[in-house]
Amino acid sequence: MGYIKVNQEKVNLDIVKTLKEICPFNAFEYEDKYLSINAACKMCKICVKKGPLGVCEFIEGEKPKIDKNRFKGIAVYIQRREHGAHPVAWELIGKAKELATVTNEKVHAIIIGNEVEQIIEEALSYGVDFVHAYQNQKYTDFNVETYTNIIEDFFRKHSVNVILFGGTSEGRSFAPRVAARLKTGLTADCTRLEMKPDGDLLQIRPAFGGNIMAKIHTPNHRPQLATIRYKMFNAPEKVTTVGKVIWEKTNSLANESRIILNAIHAKPKDQDISEAEVIIAVGRAFRKQKDLEMIKPLVERLGAEVACSRPLIENGWFDPRKQIGLSGRTVKPKLIINLGISGAIQYVEGMKESELIITVNNDPNNKLFQISHYSILGDIYEVLPELNDLLDKLMVKNNNQGGESNEI
Amino acid sequence: MKIITCIKQVPASSKVDVDPETGVLIRDGNNVKMNPYDLYALEASFGLKSMFDDAKIIAVTMGPPSAKKVLEEALYMGADEAILLSDRAFAGADVLATSYSLSQLIRKIGEYDIVICGKQTTDGDTAQVGPEIAEFLQIPHVPYVTEIILINKDSMTVNSSFDEHEEVNEIFFPCLLTIEKGNLVPRLPSFVRRRAMNDYKINTITLNDLLDKDINNYGLNGSPTQVEEIFPPEKRTDSILIEGSKSDLANGLINILKENKYV
Ligand SMILES: Cc1cc2nc3c(=O)[nH]c(=O)nc-3n(C[C@H](O)[C@H](O)[C@H](O)COP(=O)(O)OP(=O)(O)OC[C@H]3O[C@@H](n4cnc5c(N)ncnc54)[C@H](O)[C@@H]3O)c2cc1C
Ligand SMILES: Nc1ncnc2c1ncn2[C@@H]1O[C@H](COP(=O)(O)O)[C@@H](O)[C@H]1O
Repeated sequence: MGYIKVNQEKVNLDIVKTLKEICPFNAFEYEDKYLSINAACKMCKICVKKGPLGVCEFIEGEKPKIDKNRFKGIAVYIQRREHGAHPVAWELIGKAKELATVTNEKVHAIIIGNEVEQIIEEALSYGVDFVHAYQNQKYTDFNVETYTNIIEDFFRKHSVNVILFGGTSEGRSFAPRVAARLKTGLTADCTRLEMKPDGDLLQIRPAFGGNIMAKIHTPNHRPQLATIRYKMFNAPEKVTTVGKVIWEKTNSLANESRIILNAIHAKPKDQDISEAEVIIAVGRAFRKQKDLEMIKPLVERLGAEVACSRPLIENGWFDPRKQIGLSGRTVKPKLIINLGISGAIQYVEGMKESELIITVNNDPNNKLFQISHYSILGDIYEVLPELNDLLDKLMVKNNNQGGESNEI
Repeated sequence: MKIITCIKQVPASSKVDVDPETGVLIRDGNNVKMNPYDLYALEASFGLKSMFDDAKIIAVTMGPPSAKKVLEEALYMGADEAILLSDRAFAGADVLATSYSLSQLIRKIGEYDIVICGKQTTDGDTAQVGPEIAEFLQIPHVPYVTEIILINKDSMTVNSSFDEHEEVNEIFFPCLLTIEKGNLVPRLPSFVRRRAMNDYKINTITLNDLLDKDINNYGLNGSPTQVEEIFPPEKRTDSILIEGSKSDLANGLINILKENKYV
């Protein structure tokens, strides 16, 4: 599908230096007067676009083109949870309906399990066009091998264009298996999806570990697969049911598995930050764990949940479930206050949909200021103690007025 | 018992920025390290090995020649062998092509019982490579393993940690596990092993050594997903900046909270 050609006759030591500098992946190697690109290359083509003119050239390869018109429909795998469906499934249905309007495609829900009538009703109430029900006692528990057989069966029969999976721990183990079975692409944890008129799905996510977004597409393979984290999109409004239920045959599908589920234990459901209405998020500006005491009065006053950026998880200061961001949780609270967090894209993508964003940071160029409603330029070690004094005074005042108590 | 452990070299710092003028990525040094989750993968492998008399651990990585460094680290920690999969033809590999290449390497190694991967990498961060390797090898996999509970002749029983629940699964050999931190504490590379491994030469495998030599299945050619465009993140234009003394700032914050009826 093409490669980057280095025009050796134009290479000199300056050019080697420049290319080595602009390549984010250290992919250039210069040996025996030959400049080559090694396996670290991610084909971002920055050397072609921004490098010295004419040195690196992208050569389009010959590729057999697929007939995109043969693949129609946007399908969502409906993950189950103890009682009913995991809500991420309905969020994906909402997005699927939006995408479908561009290309005039149908929206399909794939439901696998035993006794799934109620989930079917719910899927219909969100306005899907088709529900594909794979109902069998053998499907009572999720099994990655048998469920992969089912998605393969579904795709062979219905030739859909897109299949979306929730980026839950189950989805992140299941979707890749499906991708490898169908020999197609899969983009993990997309934060935005867009449909092109030709049916190509643009999968948008932070990329390369940097402060940068990438539009990824799958130009020549179907189905197009993506996982999306919980709370990235909104569930659609309920509508009058128009969809049709298709009871898919299950008796010819292979049910053998080399994995036997012995036991499931629920984890204690303690304070999930993704459901919180008010969040105080702390970052690496806090120099010692003990300094977190500074936020206590505000936390209590606002009845907030405390969350954090990734370095504080790596420090062991918080449980991983408290991490906001691409590799943590997506949050959408009514209010979030960021204290000493730089606003790396992987963090921002996990909280930018919050209704009111307030940020305290001592660096005027920190990236969170660019997405905050209110940016407070200052040192947390000065602002927080001052704020705590004010909160104290406010409390005293309220109590004196005999007004309602604000103690929590 | 033959264990194949997949490890990857990742950037030590995640600081990559975009020059706002040129759109070019700016890298913060050339520091690299072993993917932290792969340290747990190795530790789990050592744990497994200690349960057998004749177990062998082969650490493998796909990457540029400089990725040998993580293999050396694995050897000094306790791996018995190490293989580097490296070829220019692998450049630009996405998850599918990466997993396929690694599965080809594993097939080339031949007989094995367990493939062990980290839960995810800190650069790609997809957690997809493990399950895709398992599918290409047509073996079962269990993700996010926190504990190996029991080993039988043909199978093992493991505990995994999912978002909202834990699972205990029995899985039959050959199989693949992806390893979650659990209670594992990675050991440090040891001087003794370093000396013992002094004469060991890490084998490099290239495309030509694999069973499937079709260049179209590797690297960019074998990657269904492509980067169409990279762009800097969005900004908001109506942001209000509050500056001044610490008391101005604290009062400013209180006023916003008051306006929005939080205090
Ligand atoms: C694939 C991948 C996935 C990732 N996923 C996530 C994720 O899900 N969540 C996540 O958070 N990160 C994630 N990261 C890491 C991310 O790139 C950043 O490294 C991280 O978010 C930085 O955390 P921080 O802002 O707390 O620390 P820093 O970047 O160190 O920022 C600290 C900030 O505090 C400010 N500051 C310092 N002292 C003070 C003071 N006294 N008063 C006020 N302000 C002060 C500084 O100006 C700076 O802005 C990921 C990285 C990669 C590569
Ligand atoms: N290039 C590679 N070489 C060897 N193992 C890899 C490579 N990429 C990913 N892996 C393995 O797959 C796991 C998950 O990676 P990822 O899907 O990138 O999050 C890692 O922890 C490694 O065990």
